[in-house]
Formats: sequence, structure tokens, C-alpha cells
Amino acid sequence: MPRALIAEDEPLLAAGLAAELARQWPELQIVASVGDGATALERTLALAPELVFLDIRMPELSGLEVAAALAEDWPADRPFPLLVFVTAYDQHALAAFERQAVDYLVKPVEPARLAACVARCRRVLAEHGAPALQAVLDQLRGLAAEGSPAASAAPAAERLEVIQAQVGAVVHLVPVEQVLYFEAADKYLRVVTAEREHLIRMSLRELLPLLDPKVFWQVHRGTVVQARAIREARREESGKVTLTLAGRPEKLTASRLYAHRFRGM
Amino acid sequence: MRRMLPLAAPEASAGAPDAGWWRGRGQSVLQHAVAVFALCLAIAVLLTVLERGRGFGVKLVYSTCIGLACWALIDGPRLALAWWRQHRGRPVPRHGLAAKAELALLAALAAFVGPMAGLALGDALTGVRSPVAWDFGAPATQLTFTLAVIGTLAATAAGVLLERAASARAEAEAARRLASETQLKLLRSQLEPHMLFNTLANLRVLIGVDAAQAQAMLDRLIGFLRTTLAASQAQEHTLAREFAWIGDYLALMAVRMGPRLAVQLELPDALADRPVPPLLLQPLVENAIHHGLEPQAAPGRVEVRARREGDRLVLTVRDTGRGLPARPARDGGGFGLAQVRERLRALHGERASLVLQAAPDAEGGALATITLPA
Repeated sequence: MPRALIAEDEPLLAAGLAAELARQWPELQIVASVGDGATALERTLALAPELVFLDIRMPELSGLEVAAALAEDWPADRPFPLLVFVTAYDQHALAAFERQAVDYLVKPVEPARLAACVARCRRVLAEHGAPALQAVLDQLRGLAAEGSPAASAAPAAERLEVIQAQVGAVVHLVPVEQVLYFEAADKYLRVVTAEREHLIRMSLRELLPLLDPKVFWQVHRGTVVQARAIREARREESGKVTLTLAGRPEKLTASRLYAHRFRGM
Repeated sequence: MRRMLPLAAPEASAGAPDAGWWRGRGQSVLQHAVAVFALCLAIAVLLTVLERGRGFGVKLVYSTCIGLACWALIDGPRLALAWWRQHRGRPVPRHGLAAKAELALLAALAAFVGPMAGLALGDALTGVRSPVAWDFGAPATQLTFTLAVIGTLAATAAGVLLERAASARAEAEAARRLASETQLKLLRSQLEPHMLFNTLANLRVLIGVDAAQAQAMLDRLIGFLRTTLAASQAQEHTLAREFAWIGDYLALMAVRMGPRLAVQLELPDALADRPVPPLLLQPLVENAIHHGLEPQAAPGRVEVRARREGDRLVLTVRDTGRGLPARPARDGGGFGLAQVRERLRALHGERASLVLQAAPDAEGGALATITLPA
């Protein structure tokens, strides 16, 4: 009995999709219907459904961010779920989905289109049981490249040179080249240098375009490292890569999504 | 009216003359040549009639040569000058003293040198050595020159008038096109596709689930669209209409967001008829939703109020969503806060203002305040 999770922040649309799925695929069991990306990630990891419908625009995490996080954190021994993205209108996204052969639905969901999607999903689940994790990683990397951070990075003139971290009445000015890595922590970002760490109120998504993508590499959805500070990158069996930094004792992990950067020349 | 773009006069754009440029010029040159020939023909006929029907062929040859020579001495330099200016990106003087002086100079040059050149050419073609060519005392020469001058001036004047008419037509056409493009852009930015398709998707589900509610939602959508379309064409509307639009928009969003959105609108009766620029508050309300409430999973509230404070009208839009530091520093996509400020400045100068700040109480979010002269 295949199980599905629906992630859609507009309650009527979630109910509508569930009702239409019930009509077209009665054996499919909707195990959860959630309204934001963070809950979608948590519930999918917990329940491990075979199929996930991801609305692109959701609070907390977008559908694409949820997909990337799932790919990063999915335990290697479980079959990865089939992902179907749902969007109201986004020319670029649709073109990108087509190019990466990613399954998607457009809102309002037309019954005929849903029928085709259902047929595809049934076929994949019957033939393979699940999509190959590697294939999904390639697709997600492809999608990320389409909305490439290098393309959306600010020109050199607008890049950050100094990080300003405020503690009470004091503002620390940290030259960006001294930062070994940035790590997301709740609503804040940890700014870690060799000597100490600071906290700034900014999301990684806001910070990334302001950094030089050649110097600062994203290695995980919540971590950006200054490449020069990496002494060693060791490949683990899980597919992840452990990074040893010069100047700090702790090790960082590059997730599956970004591990491909650490290859020999 | 969201934004009035200045109507730019369509001037030749700078850059190397391309095929289109040559085609345009080529067409006008050809037209001139044909007109000049017609004039020469007429002159030849006239002279032949005056000489009782003798020597039409010869007269035609000379007339044409003189006519074409005069014309070439005007249009040739003009074409060369235009090409050089286009190539260097210099503007072409259209009207005014500079253009008139240029043309007058060329016409004078042509009227004087043209007949001489034309006669020489005519001689070469017919094999006749014109005895009258350089003898200004002879009446025949005087006649030739007089006709050449009159013909040149007439043709030049006619040419100028025609060119002006054509360019005026082209300008009007370009202005019309720009105006309708602007209107389209305006409408497109108002009827944002995401909003529209999400709304219709919800409506579709509602039709199957609760027909009465679906009708109510459709009525809201109709009201929203009507006011949006009217707003792109009007200079102002009443606060009552503004609040009606906000009510429609937020009602649609409330259907979409479900329990995550609560709405409070407050418009005192005394202020209902007060005119404001149409959809002045739209960017503020949109921001409250898109940047404030939509990104957060927890439920929230949008409050829109109008009140009078002494001689000022104060309009506020408050949301209990994400705080200001988390919002994008710049407006995405053009018609946002900057545009509200621009509209206020255009109407009231320094007497109106827009302030965006963190909401003043524990519920958080943002507060946008517009102050206008009452």
C-alpha cells in the first residue's frame, strides 16, 4: 500500500489534492498533510512515505529546500521517496523541471494532468520501488545550478568585506577572509573564525549572494566554508565527506548534495 | 495611476547605420528622385509649348540633367551628413534654426551650381555645345537659371513639408505604442500570475465543496479585478473604494491562507469620500502578506486603518508577521515602497511621507504609516 505526504500551505488546495488523489488512486494512503516546509521535512524523515507532493512556495522552507534537505539527510538504507513538485505559476521553475526530468504539477491541478502523474508514479514504484538516490541528487544539483548561486552572486563591488556582529553595545567587525565557516543556527548564523565565533541575524540564503562563490563554498544546506581553510576532505561510506579545517578542532560534514566538489584534479 | 512614464520622442537611436536605416533613407531618396523627375518633365513640357512644340527631347534631357543635378547637390550632402551623424551617434537636427540653415545653405548651393553642372551633363549627353551655358547676359541663360532656382526652392519646400508630415505620423504612432505598452505593464504587475492562479485554484476546490462560499469568493475576485482595471486608468478614487479593494484582496488571501490570516479594517465614515491615488496602499498590503505573514507558519493579522490627526490624514498597514530585519532590504520587482513614495512626492511634495518601522508592540511584525495633508 503506497503512502504519500502532502506539503501544501493553502488548506483548500491540500484538501482538493487529497480528494482528487482519493478518486484517482484509491490505494494511496495520505499519511500526513502539512502546511510548511520545516514540518514537511521532519514528517517525511519520520514517516518515510513512498511519495511526497511538495508545494514550491511554503513558509519556513521552500519545496526545493525540503527536497535538498531530504537528499542530504536521508538514511542510505531506506528507499528515497518519489518527489512531485507543485507550483501555481513559475516559468523558470517549470522550464528547469522539464530539463531535469523532475515530476511536477501546476495549480489548479487538472484531473487529466494528475491522472498522467499518477500513472507515472505507479509505474516507477512498480518497476523500481523507488527512485535512485544518486539520480535524485543529480536532478537537485541540476535544479540548483539553474538558479545558480554563481549567477545570482553579487558582482565583486557589492560583496561583503566585513561581517558586523553585535553583542550588546559592542559591534565586532570581522574581515570576511578571517571567517573559516558560516553555520546556520535557528534564526541566526554562526560566524566562526580561528579565535572565536560570533552570531549574526541573517539567513544563509541572504548571505550567500554577498560572498565570492570561488572562495566560499556551500557544503551543506546550513554550512558555507572558506575553501582555503579546508585542510583535508575524507570520503565516508555514507557518501558524505568529512572536512578537517586548519585552525579549528571540529570537523564539518559536506552532504551528499555537495560532496562532488571534493574530488581530485 | 501607478506610474506615468514620460512619453519619449522617438529619435534615431545612436549606432552604426544598419540595413533598416539604409532602407528608410533609400526609400525617401527614391521618392525625391521621382518627384524631381516629374518636375523636370513638367518644365520640359512647358518650354516645348512655349517654343511651339519643338525640341522636346533635347529640352527633356537638359531639364532632367539640371533638375537632377540640383537635387543631387541637396540630397547627396544631406544623406552623407545623416550617415556621418548616425555613425558618430550625434543627434540629427530635426526642426529649429540649425536644420533650416543647413537646408537653406544646401539649396542655395544647389540652385547656383546645379544648373551649370546640369548643362554640362546635358551637353555631354546630347553632344551639343550649349552656347548659352556660361553667358549670364543671355536671356536663355537667365531663364534657365531662374527656372532652376524656382524649381529647386519649390522642390525643397515640398520635400521638407512631406518629411515633416511623415515624421509627425511616426512620432504619434510610437507614442501610441508606448502608452499601450505602459498600460499593459501596469496591468501585468497588478494581476500577478501567482496570485491569480492560486486564487483560481482555491476557487475551483471551493466550487466542489461549498458552492455558496465559492460564489462569495468569486464576487470578491470580480470586485478585485474591476477596481484593479479601473485604477490603471484613473487618477484617484475615494478611500471607500480603496478600502473595498483592500477588503476584497485580503478576503481572497484569507480563503487561501485559511486560519493563518485574520483581517481588521477601520475606515471612519467621515473619511470615506476622501480622494486618494488609486491603489496607493496596495504595495504596503502586499508586503504585509508576502514578506510578513506568508513566510511564517504561525497565524497572524493584518490591520489597515485610516484616521485623521489634526490637519493630516494617517493611513497605516500593520502585520504581525516576520520582523523587519528578516525582510528583504530592497523591493523586489519595481512597483513597491519606492513607487509609493514617488506618488506621494509627486502629489504633495514634502508634505506627505511613508515610514516603515518595526511594529510597536509585543506581537511583532511591521508597521507602515502614510501621512498626507488632510
